[in-house]
Amino acid sequence: MSGDPSTTSAGDASVDRGRRTKLRLNASMIIGAVLILLIVALALVSFVWTPYDPSAVDPAARLQPSSPEHPFGTDKFGRDTLTWIMYGARITLMVGIVAVGIAVLIGTPIGIIAAVFAQYPWGAWLSAVIMRANDILLAFPALLLAIVFAAVYQPGTGPAMVAVGIAAIPGFARVARSGTMQVLGSEYVRAAKASNRNAPAIAVVHVLPNIAGMVIVQASVAFAISVLAEAGLSFLGLGTQAPVPSWGRMLQESQQFLSTQPLLALWPGLFIALAVLGFNLLGDGLRDRFDPKMEARGNG
Amino acid sequence: MAENLLEVRNLTITPAGAEASVLHDVSLSLAPGERVGLIGESGSGKSLTAQSVMGLLPSELRAQGTVSLQGFAGNILEAKERALAKMRSDLVSMVFQEPMSALNPLMRIGDQIAEVLRIHGEVARGDIPGRVLDLLASVRMPDPNSARYAYPHQMSGGQRQRVMLAIALANSPRLLICDEPTTALDVTVQKHMLDLISERVAAVQAGLLFITHDLAVVAGVCDRVIVMYAGRIVETGSVAQIFTDPQHEYTRGLLASSDLEATDAHGKLFTLKTALSYAGPIGKAGPNDETGAGEEVAAEDEDEQSSADGPADVREPAPASAGEASIGDGSAPLIDVSGVSKHFRSRGLLLRRRSPVRALDDISFRVASGQRLGIVGESGSGKSTLLNLLSGLDRPTSGHVRVGDIRVESASSSALRSLREDLQIVFQDPFASLDPRMRVEDIVSEPLIARGIARVERLARVEEMLLAVDLDTKAMRRYPHQFSGGQRQRISIARALVTRPQILVADEPVSALDVSVRSQVLNLLTDLVDDYALTLLFVSHDLGVVKHLCSDVIVMKDGHIVESGSTEDIYAHPREEYTRSLIAATPSLAGALASAT
Repeated sequence: MSGDPSTTSAGDASVDRGRRTKLRLNASMIIGAVLILLIVALALVSFVWTPYDPSAVDPAARLQPSSPEHPFGTDKFGRDTLTWIMYGARITLMVGIVAVGIAVLIGTPIGIIAAVFAQYPWGAWLSAVIMRANDILLAFPALLLAIVFAAVYQPGTGPAMVAVGIAAIPGFARVARSGTMQVLGSEYVRAAKASNRNAPAIAVVHVLPNIAGMVIVQASVAFAISVLAEAGLSFLGLGTQAPVPSWGRMLQESQQFLSTQPLLALWPGLFIALAVLGFNLLGDGLRDRFDPKMEARGNG
Repeated sequence: MAENLLEVRNLTITPAGAEASVLHDVSLSLAPGERVGLIGESGSGKSLTAQSVMGLLPSELRAQGTVSLQGFAGNILEAKERALAKMRSDLVSMVFQEPMSALNPLMRIGDQIAEVLRIHGEVARGDIPGRVLDLLASVRMPDPNSARYAYPHQMSGGQRQRVMLAIALANSPRLLICDEPTTALDVTVQKHMLDLISERVAAVQAGLLFITHDLAVVAGVCDRVIVMYAGRIVETGSVAQIFTDPQHEYTRGLLASSDLEATDAHGKLFTLKTALSYAGPIGKAGPNDETGAGEEVAAEDEDEQSSADGPADVREPAPASAGEASIGDGSAPLIDVSGVSKHFRSRGLLLRRRSPVRALDDISFRVASGQRLGIVGESGSGKSTLLNLLSGLDRPTSGHVRVGDIRVESASSSALRSLREDLQIVFQDPFASLDPRMRVEDIVSEPLIARGIARVERLARVEEMLLAVDLDTKAMRRYPHQFSGGQRQRISIARALVTRPQILVADEPVSALDVSVRSQVLNLLTDLVDDYALTLLFVSHDLGVVKHLCSDVIVMKDGHIVESGSTEDIYAHPREEYTRSLIAATPSLAGALASAT
């Protein structure tokens, strides 16, 4: 780098400013990441160790409050709530990953393709058709879709995940489309066209990396929504079925004991809230981080 | 702060949490009514200085020192936001660089001006509309009455900047700060704008702090110049002093590199570096002959260059009135454009114009192989449309475009592909034309990938090309944001040349760059055009740059070719009024100095 004198001063200033903002951003990002890590850790630990067997029934010790033996208490069959919370984290994470996975893998390409088509005179109508179909999908609430799925197949984790995932597709398609249109209008894409890159290459090489930030932000928000949706579906009996532990169903079962043992509702509710909060905070932090204004931030 | 209008004492600005300050111990003062130019390249801290005077510093910066303003009690750096809000516009106002983003796109012009008057409450409510009209008239807005109801997007850049000036001067401030007010404007508009700023500032008897990186601009407007470099003031003096006898070597370098008519022994423009080594051995006598004797050398040099340019450089007298222009007439010109028009259908809802916009109207010219053609015109003259047609990114409404043996207007997509292998473009904005998420090696090798060249050879060629544009091979693994504007533009040039095209199209490649960097890029471009035997199409609104680089020139206005011919002819004997006004408007150091002293 045979440097211009301007590099040093201007570069330093922007790097310093970038570092500052990064520190500030980390507050929400770190809290979010810690919460999510906590839940991931719970789920992972449950594979090797739990305080009790999840199906170990102990009628003598039913509806206990917190105690050294049962830190989170026990439910109506005397099963350990902490054990159930740990097992429930698995379902929560799995639902989130599968649902968001479905939405990202289908929604993002739809959005990119729609935006790329819109450039060509022959593709404008195709693009419009894709996006209107997308809008129709958007008009179906996730819950309705899940009820339909539960009615057609039997209620269970699988159909619930797929329903939540499909309902999240339009969001990704919209985000990907607007991001792609922005990138396609940029001068570096013009330069790529002038260098003879074809549309698929531009989509993969230029568009994808540049909209990745937006898609990740959308994913973290969608993750929170799917966690909530799964809990809601299980609460209604349309999601995870007994006897598999799920936070939403724990919440539902705790209803009858709300006056005698309110702690039973507290724990699953708290963890659902923590998971949603974690993903939302992470999403906020990521959104700030991927803000185009922060783009000039250096690697160091 | 007794009699000075503005007094800045020991201003040091440090980003919070960082050790190194970005502004070191800056002190300056402005007498009432004085006009001071603040000069320096991007990153030198001139905008930060201005922002601290306005009390607009970003909160993550810590400022020490005192900034006092006549009529404002206390230190601006420590003042409360309420006091600052009162001070702004009443005592000090600012005109920003980018007139589009400084105006609210959803508010009518008249309302935006009225807003400033209303908030400060110096003008009675009933008088505001009349005052708005006066202000618009005072900044020479054509048809001020209807301009009140226009939205920013309906105005040109120059008009928007006029509105900014009207807003800034609405409450007759005692100090006006202009932060690069003309950088985004065309030369002819720039001249009007500069004249207008001088005139209005004189009319309201305000002080002026004029920030720019262009020495030629400052000479006409200011009495005194302050030169900043890397967060320090390196030199202060009257315009004549700074221009004829610069003391600091940075000033000297800046002066040398902004002079497009002076070249060094190798026929190169001076850069900061060569200016230093140039002035070094000669010592004190050096600076004086840069502007004086340098010019003659330049003239000779240009003769040599153009005669060495190509055998097919016959200067036909071009018919001036007709749209027909033929430049160079080798047996088979490389580029042949004949009778080309391009119309766009306007979709203006407010204007209800149904007639199509004629971006290009019956354009004809030829370019011989190896020729260097400059295309000059203001924004909106159709230059960019013409480039899009030539590179096959767009098709003409009528007429023929031939590049090599490809007829662009009817070319199949595979023919367009091979056209693009021969014709490469360097874009205007080095910050927008490089994908921020790609490494430099991937950016430069893109055209090679499109050609299907194997990875090993690709890397070798990228490396070779980066060396050719004076970049380190270490640059390959970095991302664009780690480079300065000039370096980015070199990456852009490397990408364009890596496939060894025959034709290089440069679309205002230096207009977004600092003066000091500009000459480096221009020198590089000159070298590469020679080394690779390129045919160069150089689009610019800056005649000075074109004069240095090109053998022939086309002057465009409103989609027509106004005049064409060899660069020297056009310069020496411009036939058309428009060309004459363009030449007159181009700021040159010599001219600026003549008017200043």
